[in-house]
Amino acid sequence: MKNGIAVDLRNVVKRFAEVYAVDHVSMQIRDGEFFSMLGPSGCGKTTTLRMIAGFEFPTAGEIALHGKLVGTTPPFRRNVNTVFQSYALFPHMTVAENVAFGLQMKKTPQAEIARRVEEALDLVRLGGFSGRRPRQLSGGQQQRVALARALVNHPEVLLLDEPLGALDLKLRKEMQLELKSLQERVGITFIYVTHDQEEALTMSDRIAVMNAGKVLQVGTPTEIYERPVCRFVADFIGETNFIEGLAGGVEPDGVATITTDDGLTFRAQTTRPVTPGAKVTLSIRPEKAFLAVQSPPPGTPNCFPVTVARVAYIGSDTRIDVRLGQGRLFDLWEQNSRSTLDRDAYWQPGETGFLWWPAENALVLTE
Amino acid sequence: MALETLTSEPRESRVAALLRRSERFRLGLLLFPGLFWLLLFFALPLVVVVLYSFATPGPTGRVEWHFTLANYGTLFTESLYVNAYLRSIWAGVLTTLICLLAGYPLALYIVRRPPRWRTVLLFLILIPFWTNFLVRTYAWMIILSNNGIINSIIQALGLPRVALYPSEGAVLIGLIYGNLPFMVLPIFASLDRFDFTLLEAAADLGADQTRAFLRVMLPLTMPGIAAGSVLVFIPTVGQFVVSDLLGGAKVDYLGNLLQRLFTRSNPPNWPLGSAMAIVFMAVLTVAILLYFRITTEQDR
Ligand SMILES: Nc1ncnc2c1ncn2[C@@H]1O[C@H](COP(=O)(O)OP(=O)(O)OP(=O)(O)O)[C@@H](O)[C@H]1O
Ligand SMILES: [Mg+2]
Repeated sequence: MKNGIAVDLRNVVKRFAEVYAVDHVSMQIRDGEFFSMLGPSGCGKTTTLRMIAGFEFPTAGEIALHGKLVGTTPPFRRNVNTVFQSYALFPHMTVAENVAFGLQMKKTPQAEIARRVEEALDLVRLGGFSGRRPRQLSGGQQQRVALARALVNHPEVLLLDEPLGALDLKLRKEMQLELKSLQERVGITFIYVTHDQEEALTMSDRIAVMNAGKVLQVGTPTEIYERPVCRFVADFIGETNFIEGLAGGVEPDGVATITTDDGLTFRAQTTRPVTPGAKVTLSIRPEKAFLAVQSPPPGTPNCFPVTVARVAYIGSDTRIDVRLGQGRLFDLWEQNSRSTLDRDAYWQPGETGFLWWPAENALVLTE
Repeated sequence: MALETLTSEPRESRVAALLRRSERFRLGLLLFPGLFWLLLFFALPLVVVVLYSFATPGPTGRVEWHFTLANYGTLFTESLYVNAYLRSIWAGVLTTLICLLAGYPLALYIVRRPPRWRTVLLFLILIPFWTNFLVRTYAWMIILSNNGIINSIIQALGLPRVALYPSEGAVLIGLIYGNLPFMVLPIFASLDRFDFTLLEAAADLGADQTRAFLRVMLPLTMPGIAAGSVLVFIPTVGQFVVSDLLGGAKVDYLGNLLQRLFTRSNPPNWPLGSAMAIVFMAVLTVAILLYFRITTEQDR
C-alpha cells in the first residue's frame, strides 16, 4: 500500500442548514504522509476530519479510504482512529484499560492485548503509568495516552484535531517534535488539524490551506510558503507585503512588469498565466527585500529610494518599515548577523536608503 | 544550654496542650447542636422502637415490659406479614425498575435538547408536584375506575369493560407515576455532567452503540441511577397511601399493616409494629449500603 492514496476526498460537501461547512473539497492524502489541514477558525477543518472518521456524513461527494468508498459507514466500522482535542479519555478506566479498549472491541486475545498495550505505552513513554486514572495525569501525559489509545489499533489513518491546543507553549514545541518522530517511526498516515501555521510548517510533509470551507492550496511547506497560489494563502502563512497594480508584458522566463497607480514599476515572478492589463497583486516577503545605504548598481530591478519610518529591534532581526511611493508602508526584515552595540550599525527612523529585491523574490498573484 | 532546652520544652508543650484542649472544646461546642438533634430525633425514637419490638403486647393495647422475641417470630412465620414484606419489596423493585427503564431514556432525551427546551421539559416534569399527592392519586382512581376514562374509551370502541381498579396493577401504576420524577432528576443530573464526546471516542475505537453505552455511558452515569433508585425504592416499599386508594385496601402492603398495627387495629399492637419497622429498616439499610458501594466504586 505504500505510496498509494490513503484518503481520497472527491468533491465533498457538508452543509449544516444554511452553512456550507465544507464546500466542494477534493484532495488526496498519500499513504504514510504527515498531512496537515491549516486554516482560520470555522473554515471547516474539524468537519472534514469528522467526515473522514465517520462522525458526520457528506451532504454530497465521496470519501474513499484506501480506494474503498466509505459513504455512510459508521465510525466503529472504519479502520481510522481519532485523537480528540479534549483527549476524550474514559475517566472511569485506567490508562491501560483506556488503551486496551479498541482491541477489546475487536475481540483481540487477552495475551495479545496485554502485549500491545504495553508496547503502545512504551512508544509514548508512559511505561509506568498503566494503573493510573486519566485525571491523575498532566495534560501532556493525557495527550500521550490518547495517542497510544489510537495507535495501538494500527489504524489506516490517524486523525488529530488540534491535539496540542490545550498545552502550554513549551510542552507544545516538545510534543510537536515527539509527534513527528513518532509518525516517522510507526509510518501511519497522520491527518493533522491546526490553526498554528508554524506547527503545520515544522511537522508536515504536505499542507492543505483552507478558508471558508474550501481548500485553496495543497503543497509542501516550501511550496505553500514560497509559491502561494492566492492572496489568502500568502497572507495566512507567514508575513508579506502586498502591492496592487496592473500587469504589463510577461517575458519568456515568467517575469512580468507591474505598474501601480502612483507610477512605480516592479518586476516580479509569475507562476500562472497573466493577461496583460489585468489587475494583480504583488507579494514580497519582508525577509526577501533589502535596504542598502548606497545606491545599488544601475539596472538593479525593483530599486527605490526610501525613507525609514519605523524600526523594531527584535533580537534575531530588525524589522524596518519604509515609505514606498504614496502612503505605502513596506515592511522588511534585516537579520542581525553581526554582534555589535554600535548605533550606526542599525537603521534609525528618518534615514534614507535604497529598497530593492531581485525579481524572483516577488510573486505575482492573480486571485 | 542543656538546662535551657530542658525547661523550655515542657513549657512549649504545655501551651500546645492548652491550645489543643481549647480546640477540642470549641469543636465540641460546634458539634453540640447537631449531635443533640441527632440524639433527640433519630437515636432516641430508634431506641424506643427497638425496646418496643422486644416488649409484649397487652390485652388492651398497652405495652407490657416482658422481654420476648415472639414479635419477630410472628413476622417471619405468619403468612400475612411475610407476604406483605414480599409484596412491598416486589412492588418496590418493580417500580424502581420500570421507573429506571422509562426514566433513563427520558432523561437522555431531555439532556440532548437545546438549553431552552431542556428548561421547559424539566419544568413539565416538576409541574405535577404542584398538586397535592393525594389529589393526584384520586385522579388515577377516576381514570382507572369502572366508569373511568379508560373504560369509557374501551366501551365506546364496543369492547367489554376491564376491571382496572382496584387492583395491584393500579397500585403499580400509581407508584410509577408518583415516583418517576425522582428517578429522572438524578439521572438527568449525571447525564448533564457526562461528556458526550466519550461516546464518539468509543465509536471511534470500534464500539457499536450498545457497547459504547454499556462500557462508557452506563458506568459513568451509575451514580445518578443509584441515587434515583434509592429515592424511588425506599418510599415505595414503605408507602401505604397509594395501595390504600388504588389497591382498594384489599391487599396488604407493609405500610398498610404498619399503619393498622399502630392506629387502626383494636387493640393496637405497638410491639409487633415496632418489630416490623425494625425489619423494614434492615431491608432498607441493605439497599443503602448497595447504593454506597456503587457510588464509591466510581471514585476509586
Ligand atoms: N453540528 C453543526 N451544526 C451547525 N453548524 C456547524 C456544525 N459543526 C460545524 N458547523 C459550522 O461549520 C463551520 C465549520 O466548522 P468547523 O468546526 O469544521 O471549523 P474548524 O475549521 O474546525 O474551526 P476551529 O479552528 O474553530 O476548530 C462553522 O461555521 C461552524 O459553525
Ligand atoms: Mg475545529
